[in-house]
Amino acid sequence: MSERKPPGAETPMEATARHTKKSQAKPAKLGREVQARLGQQLRAMYDEVLNQGVPDRFAELIDRLEGNGNKDKH
Amino acid sequence: MPMDESVRKAVLSTVPSLRAFAISLCGNVDRADDLVQETLLRALANIDSFQPGTNMSAWLFTILRNHFRSEYRKRRREVEDGEGRYAETLKSQPEQHGQVEFREFREALDQLPTDQREALILVGASGFSYEEAANICGCAVGTIKSRVNRARTRLAELMSIDGTNDFGPDEQTRAVLASGGE
Repeated sequence: MSERKPPGAETPMEATARHTKKSQAKPAKLGREVQARLGQQLRAMYDEVLNQGVPDRFAELIDRLEGNGNKDKH
Repeated sequence: MPMDESVRKAVLSTVPSLRAFAISLCGNVDRADDLVQETLLRALANIDSFQPGTNMSAWLFTILRNHFRSEYRKRRREVEDGEGRYAETLKSQPEQHGQVEFREFREALDQLPTDQREALILVGASGFSYEEAANICGCAVGTIKSRVNRARTRLAELMSIDGTNDFGPDEQTRAVLASGGE
């Protein structure tokens, strides 16, 4: 039945879809406080790794590849 | 392979951030470090294609991200246990008042789709602009914005902090956030 709709007309389903999309776009907005809190958690997690610095294996890898370290590191 | 000292320093100084990003993608420190190592090998083999004066860290992030996409994603799925990966792999959790929430946050982050998680990390933690993040991920700026928004919304839902009253016990932190966050 819905195949017969005239061009340009909206089926009830489409109307619902349009509506849902619209109403989901707005309430998703988070308060500043929530965003700040999430951002703080994210930074804390990330910084925990940053604070570990550069593990030796990577410094050694770069030295080895560029030929600076020569053989003194074995 | 001669390397300019400034290039070497730039690469080395990006390593901690590369690791943090890699861990957020892989969810496992050992795999993340392998990913970083492979990224460095690729980068140094192609160092001539790096344009001096451009953003070294964005260049390295792009290589890492693309390599992860092509090699690691399938493998990760095979071993993924789905919960608490951060909690298990990052052993040195700081003892602090927000520890429970911190753990909840990591678990929530684990549940995000990779697209959303990487966008959120790049913008929210790695310090890239939306434009830089879009370049790294090879997508439109609007796509990054949308992924970041969806990621934040989902995290808030997962952690049940979609209201303003569920912020844990630390009133001081809350006051500081509310007043100094601008």
